[in-house]
Amino acid sequence: MERDDIIEYSLDAHHSEEKGAKIRKEILKVTLILSVITAVEILAGVFFGKRVVSSGTWEVIKYSYIVLTVIKAGYIVLKFMHLGDERKSLRLTILIPYVFFLIYLVFILLNEAFAVDLHNYNP
Amino acid sequence: MAGEATKAIDPKELWGGGRSPFSTSYGKMMMWFFLISDALTFGAFIVALGFFRYTYSEGVWPVSEEVFFHIPFSHGHFPLLYVAFMTFVLIVSSVTMVLAVEAGHRMDKKAVTKWLAWTVVGGAVFLGSQVWEWGTFIAGPDGLISTWGDNARIGWNPYGPPQYAQFFYCVTGFHGFHVFSGVVINIIILINVIGGTYHERGHYEMVEKGGLYWHFVDLVWVFVFTFFYLL
Repeated sequence: MERDDIIEYSLDAHHSEEKGAKIRKEILKVTLILSVITAVEILAGVFFGKRVVSSGTWEVIKYSYIVLTVIKAGYIVLKFMHLGDERKSLRLTILIPYVFFLIYLVFILLNEAFAVDLHNYNP
Repeated sequence: MAGEATKAIDPKELWGGGRSPFSTSYGKMMMWFFLISDALTFGAFIVALGFFRYTYSEGVWPVSEEVFFHIPFSHGHFPLLYVAFMTFVLIVSSVTMVLAVEAGHRMDKKAVTKWLAWTVVGGAVFLGSQVWEWGTFIAGPDGLISTWGDNARIGWNPYGPPQYAQFFYCVTGFHGFHVFSGVVINIIILINVIGGTYHERGHYEMVEKGGLYWHFVDLVWVFVFTFFYLL
């Protein structure tokens, strides 16, 4: 029996000129957001460098860099790579394992790195 | 102009089982899977960088804005400016790539050619800039490659612990290799676009798949830039 609830993909996924103009506007908007975030990161890197600010401020700046970078990554993956337009199943298949792996790697780094005395390593 | 894909794909075919997983094409899905594996490789590199920074006490690992302050054709002190330029070039080349993909969805061959060509140019500019950065990094504080004494090499560098240069070469080199292969792939796709291969086929999905790879390259750079240059 033919299932009619599954919407198959078609390579004929074309859109009209008006829809194209809307898409281009959104691309421009995302470009501006990415450029602004990059500019903020650079200015912070130049004027609030590690040696210049107090250690408390540096902690805040450090985590802000990471948060801003993840935001940039999110925009690139969801909008430029169109993962946001794909089916939820593909989106989750791509993002969830990767995020789990990354959290695991970072966990190891934060908890076990002190035990690896790498620069005294003498084979 | 009507190619095979302007007809709806025969549901019995799709991926051969009558169903296409994730409702996407095989090539696109596999490109995503490859990008995950490559992202894990780069993730491993960056976490390894974290391990080494942990090893050294505060103040031993160099502060990057004190190492990377040169720009071409000038003897001034402009911390991180050239790296900012490189990041901007790569982001803009990503934008031109998205515009090429969007033009492909409208079967606008001229626009695809234009935007894809600009993407190739952006990638080439980034590669040239990276080569220049390596040269400046290797040349050391006196700015001359000819004086070997203070040149940065794998075993020793004038800025800090040996791993600083090792990570610089390996991470930016591995990323640069990806940019290079991305440029080559984009050139091949551009030649096919100009030759009309995809127009006859009825869809520009190859441009989209090349675009996925290119955006991945940009994404990795964003992280390398943060963890090596800023933090």
